Amino acid sequence: MQFTIEVNNKSIKAEKGETILSALNRNGIIIPTLCRMQEFTPTGACRMCVVEVEGRDRLVTACSALVEEWMKIQTHSPRVIRARKTIVELLLSNHPDDCLYCDRNLDCELQKLSDQMQVRERRIHGSKIKPRRDQSSPSIVRELSKCILCGRCIRVCEEVVTATSIDFINRGRATHVGPAMDRDFNFSSCIHCGQCVLVCPTGALHEKHYLSEVQEQLSKNDVTRVIQYSPLVPYALAEELGVKYHRDFDRLLNAALRKAGFEKVFLSGAGTDILITELTDEVLSVKRAKTNKPLIISACPAWVKYCEQFFPDILPMLSTLKTPQQITGAIIKSVVPAGGDKSRVYTVSVTPCTAMKFEARRDSMTRKGISDIDTVLTVRELARLIILYGIDITNIDPEPADEPMSLRSSSALLAETAGGMTEAVLRSILNRAGGKENDKQAIKKLRAGSPFREATLAIGGIDYSVAIVDGLKGVEKLMQMLGSGASYDLIEVMACPGGCVNGGGMVPAGSREAVRQRSRFVFQSDEQEAVRGPEHSASVAELNDKVFKQCEELSDKKLFHTHFAKRDVLL
Amino acid sequence: MKKIEDILGHYRAGSHESLIPILQDIQAEEGYLSENAIVQIGRFLEMSTTKIYGLATFYDRFRFIPCGKVHLRICDGTTCFINGSEAVINAIRENLGIEPGQTTRDGKFSYELTSCMGGCNEGPVINVGDNYHNHVKPEDIPELITKLKVLADLK
Repeated sequence: MQFTIEVNNKSIKAEKGETILSALNRNGIIIPTLCRMQEFTPTGACRMCVVEVEGRDRLVTACSALVEEWMKIQTHSPRVIRARKTIVELLLSNHPDDCLYCDRNLDCELQKLSDQMQVRERRIHGSKIKPRRDQSSPSIVRELSKCILCGRCIRVCEEVVTATSIDFINRGRATHVGPAMDRDFNFSSCIHCGQCVLVCPTGALHEKHYLSEVQEQLSKNDVTRVIQYSPLVPYALAEELGVKYHRDFDRLLNAALRKAGFEKVFLSGAGTDILITELTDEVLSVKRAKTNKPLIISACPAWVKYCEQFFPDILPMLSTLKTPQQITGAIIKSVVPAGGDKSRVYTVSVTPCTAMKFEARRDSMTRKGISDIDTVLTVRELARLIILYGIDITNIDPEPADEPMSLRSSSALLAETAGGMTEAVLRSILNRAGGKENDKQAIKKLRAGSPFREATLAIGGIDYSVAIVDGLKGVEKLMQMLGSGASYDLIEVMACPGGCVNGGGMVPAGSREAVRQRSRFVFQSDEQEAVRGPEHSASVAELNDKVFKQCEELSDKKLFHTHFAKRDVLL
Repeated sequence: MKKIEDILGHYRAGSHESLIPILQDIQAEEGYLSENAIVQIGRFLEMSTTKIYGLATFYDRFRFIPCGKVHLRICDGTTCFINGSEAVINAIRENLGIEPGQTTRDGKFSYELTSCMGGCNEGPVINVGDNYHNHVKPEDIPELITKLKVLADLK
């Protein structure tokens, strides 16, 4: 039902049941918000969005109050503006004011609000929060003095990630955000997914930076500098740098990375292709053995840690295959060292993920103390590296990546969306069975929907049933289904809703629609690219037919497997 | 361990509304909320330890480290403050070398600040066990602590 309300002495249309904020936004009025997150129930905690409603003594929070037919609203009266400005000034009163040295300088919501409210002097002096920097996690840094207690990270961790690793601790002025027993992150149930980083309005939560380490290595002459990047990275980088993405952008990135000082540039997508091939083999061999044992994909490192903590019982169902990043890393450290000295090769991996920083440090990811991947960067860090080295990516010549991992199939890109890896495996099974294009359309129905999706598809006369968990919220349903005896051939779990397209190392998407937009790009590329399956990729053929046969370490493919164990953390 | 299980036995598993009564019972029994206790409550109520700790720290009355053998409660109310409780608190802090809520390394002493205990005409007031010390002055503290140390050694 629609009705009219009066806003700033003009009539506007509002829908019954919507919030004041949504009615205002639809009618071209912008109201500043801070604690609000799209697609979450509003809390009205920060009070940035207050408006004046005639007949009400107190200001009303537009994000949480519903419109009513009689309402006469003032959105920018002197009283409202003064209230909003005071809120920002109070938030700033105990803030460290070290914007110039802050991770989020020029990209900070508090900074923006302060500018919008025209705060030009420090009017309110509060005692500063004692600086405390939690560097214990390999993925995420917590800087408590920069926290404004908006609570967004807490809600994401509880309601989206369901790990519930952080909460408000203490009360009043002593309130801060942290894990159980006020420990540091390394003891907590944090799964390093980085969803909290994406929603933090200030620099209180950010990924751990490894750029200075990379710079140091790039200046060394006695090491071979190698970099690999995930299939989604070029698209995400274009978004981060604010330049238009086009089909040649991947090859421009190769050139840019060489200009930055990397001698070899490889595609992690080639590793994804190997993973898809191996997974397909596993699914088919389990199917032939008729054991009905479900195989759970372990390509999402955040999910793996989640599983080790919360569901150690199902660990035997996890595929022992490593993540694409680590498979690529294992190949690099086996093939690249000319004289066999692995310590003289420095490998960097760029991913849309913060959990990969943790993944690279798991114990089975090293050989004789030397990591397969030395450093993991997020897309945001890569953008900083490119800017630091003054590379104009729009004004260089494209270059191919290096052999033997210079190409990837579009399946590898598809695997960056939730359900994509499953779709890729099913497609591979279909290809091997000599299936037709029509059948591929049926597989697409796995692409969108609820956090838990399942389907049964007949390929070559055999039924394959698969389940996809799109965001950890769907795990509960998965466990119910498994508990009630449901049987699946393949289960995929992606910790971040939407998959890697919404990863903790990406540009914050801000809304589900923005995540869907990225997925649409992936699906579109998948339609357009020439090589769609790993079985048609020249790099996979080269690796399988030549590289793995020639290299002793890789010949039995044992390096592509790892192990998992129950993890003892405070749950 | 056994004690915590006994306490939990009085409540229904999974009932989040029992959290505060459980915390109170365990603190009454053990004197504080240990990490182990919080983990056990979490399993029993199917709640994240993060949430339990977050809630428990909201309330001043919950402790997360054991009390000392002798536990002092110093009035931080308005009248005692006017009568000079701040100097008394500073003297205790200096003498014991710990902050309110902490426990000395030897486990003998701990102290906390409390709101009014009803002895406004006798302030500043310090409560130790069943005894109340009235009109306490900062210079009384060393002697008081020495006396209490004897008590702590006996315990």
